[in-house]
Amino acid sequence: MKLNYFFLTAVFFSHSALAQPVTVSDGWVRATVQGQRATGAFMRLTAKESAKLVAGSSSAAGIVEIHEMKMDNDVMKMTPLTNGLDLPIGKTVELKPGGNHIMLMDLKAPLAVNSNVSVTLTFQDAKGKKFSQELNLPVKALTSAGEHKR
Amino acid sequence: MSKSHNLIAGSWCATIVSKTLSLRFAAHIAEKVLRTPITALLLISSIAVSSCSDNATAFKSIDITGAIYGKDFNISDQNGVPRRLKDFEGKVVVLFFGYTHCPDVCPTSLSELVKVKQLLGVQGERMQGLFVTVDPDRDTPDVLRAYMGVFDSSFIGLIPTQAQLKEIADDFKIYFKKVDGKSRTSYTMDHSAGTYIYDARGHLRLYAKYGMDAASLAHDIQILLRQTH
Repeated sequence: MKLNYFFLTAVFFSHSALAQPVTVSDGWVRATVQGQRATGAFMRLTAKESAKLVAGSSSAAGIVEIHEMKMDNDVMKMTPLTNGLDLPIGKTVELKPGGNHIMLMDLKAPLAVNSNVSVTLTFQDAKGKKFSQELNLPVKALTSAGEHKR
Repeated sequence: MSKSHNLIAGSWCATIVSKTLSLRFAAHIAEKVLRTPITALLLISSIAVSSCSDNATAFKSIDITGAIYGKDFNISDQNGVPRRLKDFEGKVVVLFFGYTHCPDVCPTSLSELVKVKQLLGVQGERMQGLFVTVDPDRDTPDVLRAYMGVFDSSFIGLIPTQAQLKEIADDFKIYFKKVDGKSRTSYTMDHSAGTYIYDARGHLRLYAKYGMDAASLAHDIQILLRQTH
């Protein structure tokens, strides 16, 4: 009975993942210590139709921004992507340490390892129509280097 | 300074070579094969020289031995203890700049340093990690104490005053800039992400660019530890 329920749940979730215009996988958020009020969220995004990631929000943070990280002559520079992040059709775009990421700022409380953070991402399709997807991301250790599946 | 180090390394190599039986054996074989002792001697000396220069200069990081900057500092750590470079004599010092509200570069550099220490094994005790915050307003002693503790409790976080930060940035040729955010507290910091490495005598020797892997860093630190044993 328990097993059946598990399968039903699995089918339901895989179905709902398939139904989403943007598939999100391997998402995680870096843990923080007391007093540290910003961190990064990382994931892989694959859009079924061309889209843009244009905004984010989270109950855990006052501000959520999509950031581009660049190394310029060994200087780390971060800039908010005010025009959004392009998600070309079928191409997996990786938000990972050392690259683009979602910045959670003005955190309301420290994020503990093994807890979960709810993040809502807002996308925009080619016609300019906006849609949102809610994610529930696991918090990984501050020391995580982003062990994405290759 | 560079020359004196090379001289030390050179004399060290010469001693090794003169004592290496395998090289003598190789000379013997070469002489037999080539039948000309002079050619054999040249061949062997070129092998010896190339292996020596490998040992002396085979750093994976950029060799900045003799640099006239980054000589010292006097900044309080996360426990309020004033620290100078000479406090760490006998240890290879690995120093870099960052801030705790950094989403990935700073934790990645610190995680790599934890790996370096593990790779060094017992020698890891002779390596000192120093993290200088470029964001003293948010990186209070409490925050930095908790942050460093997550990585390695032996690593030291240095918290300069704003005036000391300007001074150390000039002295160490590093760049930092506050980039305002949407709220007063959501600013980010652009900053130099490379690492300075000092030998156990407190001389600045190497610069490692951001992203250098733990094995390469451990390799370089081992060379420095050997040179200043």
